[in-house]
Amino acid sequence: MSILINKDTRVVVQGITGRDGSFHAAKMKEYGTRVVAGVSPGKGGRVVSDIPVYNTVYDTVRKHGADTSVIFVPPMFVKDAIMEAADAGIKLIICITEGVPTLDIVAARHYAFAQGAKVIGPNCPGLITPGESLIGIMPGNIFMPGSTGVISRSGTLTYEVVYNLTSSGIGQSTAVGIGGDPVAGLYFIDLLQMFQDDPGTDSIVMMGEIGGDAEERAACFIKERITKPVVSFIAGQTAPPDKRMGHAGAIISSGSGTAKEKIEALIDAGAKVANEPAEIPMLLRTML
Amino acid sequence: MKIHEYQGKDLFSKYGIPTVKGSVCRSKEEALLAYDNLGLSKAVVKAQVLTGGRGKAGGVKLADNRDELGRVAESILGMDIKGYIVDRVLVAEAVDIAYEYYFSFVIDRNVKSVEMILSREGGVEIEDVAKTSPEKIHKIPIFPFVGVPDFLARKAASLLFDDFGLIVQGKEMIKKLYKLMIETDASLVEINPLVVSKNGNLIALDAKINFDDNALYRQEEIEALFEPTKEEQKELFAKSKGFSFVQLKGEIGCMVNGAGLAMATMDMIKLYGGNPANFLDIGGSSNPNKVVEAMKILMSDSDVKAVLINIFGGITRCDDVARGLLDALKQIKTEIPIVIRLAGTNEKEGRAILADTHFYSEETMGEAIRKVVELTNPKN
Repeated sequence: MSILINKDTRVVVQGITGRDGSFHAAKMKEYGTRVVAGVSPGKGGRVVSDIPVYNTVYDTVRKHGADTSVIFVPPMFVKDAIMEAADAGIKLIICITEGVPTLDIVAARHYAFAQGAKVIGPNCPGLITPGESLIGIMPGNIFMPGSTGVISRSGTLTYEVVYNLTSSGIGQSTAVGIGGDPVAGLYFIDLLQMFQDDPGTDSIVMMGEIGGDAEERAACFIKERITKPVVSFIAGQTAPPDKRMGHAGAIISSGSGTAKEKIEALIDAGAKVANEPAEIPMLLRTML
Repeated sequence: MKIHEYQGKDLFSKYGIPTVKGSVCRSKEEALLAYDNLGLSKAVVKAQVLTGGRGKAGGVKLADNRDELGRVAESILGMDIKGYIVDRVLVAEAVDIAYEYYFSFVIDRNVKSVEMILSREGGVEIEDVAKTSPEKIHKIPIFPFVGVPDFLARKAASLLFDDFGLIVQGKEMIKKLYKLMIETDASLVEINPLVVSKNGNLIALDAKINFDDNALYRQEEIEALFEPTKEEQKELFAKSKGFSFVQLKGEIGCMVNGAGLAMATMDMIKLYGGNPANFLDIGGSSNPNKVVEAMKILMSDSDVKAVLINIFGGITRCDDVARGLLDALKQIKTEIPIVIRLAGTNEKEGRAILADTHFYSEETMGEAIRKVVELTNPKN
């Protein structure tokens, strides 16, 4: 079992004729994801890696039953792309693009929400249900089917941790990169609840970082609602204040959003917090 | 991106938000000239630096007459406020304040929209009010496709004022401020204090505006106001090469792919007893040109005693990364020891390529960091 996506998920790639879109569409298909179509306005009729390209998302829903979209379009087109997908009836929209204006995401997410669609990202690596479906830019080969759910604000740090998990024989039910921007779609609490409800998930790894208070809120939620073991890692303990650490959302401002506060909240909620990524598999084993 | 108070007030004026007359000055002479030109009697001199806490640092002072204004301007110019040297001051009319309020629009991560924050407790740190008496702070989320209609602006203004004349003034100001926020892609527009003067006028006595860096591509006029510090210039240069860079004070230069992994690398260096010299995320891929540019940035810091390259090869295979690193590092002449840690797809092949070189190649993050810390701190 898994959350959000499985072998039946029918994916449309928005921005499939671009450099990243075409490269990752091929990678996803190679992994076994059902990539049913691509969209690139004005380039309908083309074929990319045996994937048919259309001018609109509507065509891909009507002709191929697309239900999930992954967005690779440049930042200035993201707002429109998310809203088009939601309007076309896509239920899960994953935005990989980095550098999207925050107010665009605020508007597009509200619109998608009103249409009953979920958004993941922007500025995220996507998600994967190992052995079934990979949507986004994660390297599929490091994952292994299993029963640990993974939620993370970062990309390569997730790969590092997943690599450690897989090497230790701990597989993953679904791994979700929620993205590094201050305003994003699905976040810790939404996904913690999904993993709690998923019978195929028996434990959760949650990777946070400095900036905002989503980890503290997640900690409260874990304390009240989550019965499955949670192991966490928080990046940015040595980050200086008022500096953006790569991710737009990773910034300690006016003294709040520090790693220390987040770690304390998580420990208080009964989660185990790793000092370094390599400790995570060991901590998981002690809790299972 | 941040701008100065006087620049914020210029924007306020453009949007019809009431401020006081004032002028930005870079010398005592300019300050005196402004005093005369503006026809001031009682005036205020405010340091213009891109940081908070100016008042506490002595960067905001009143002057009762022309002579005092000259002395005050002279004392504030050149002052060091949290590492920022004051090179200009705002000379403005001093307002007779009856009441002080707090007002802001901010993009809130949790409600995932713009939020209006207001309080009758103005002129003090809003974070302090939030701690001591949170019931005195009102927060109103804004629906993006609705914005701030009259009723909402009136409701908000009624939370601040009892007098209907002021409620009407407040309503207008709130609507204009929201328009400014949206049209300029601001992430924060804050007035603290918003005041009612003794003659009953609503005035924005301060202006703090931050802008969304991601939106600067469509805000040319705003971007033109950017004044990078020395530190930020280096960060900007790195950004032009496709990197994220933040200078720190340690001796271990780091080059990592991915922001989260880069932060985790810094944290572990500290955990193992070393000090990171920087945060450097070279992005998802790791092509040789990028590595050369990144090494140049690390080498420009004379405090760097050793370099740690931590790459997780996902889609890019480690053997390709290793070949790329060797190509790149051939172009860099340095005596500084370099520790390389490759993990991910084809890591064994990657490490085999590095095995017979003068670089230290380590398998795990822990081993690599222990090594690089040891190299910078031989006593351990």
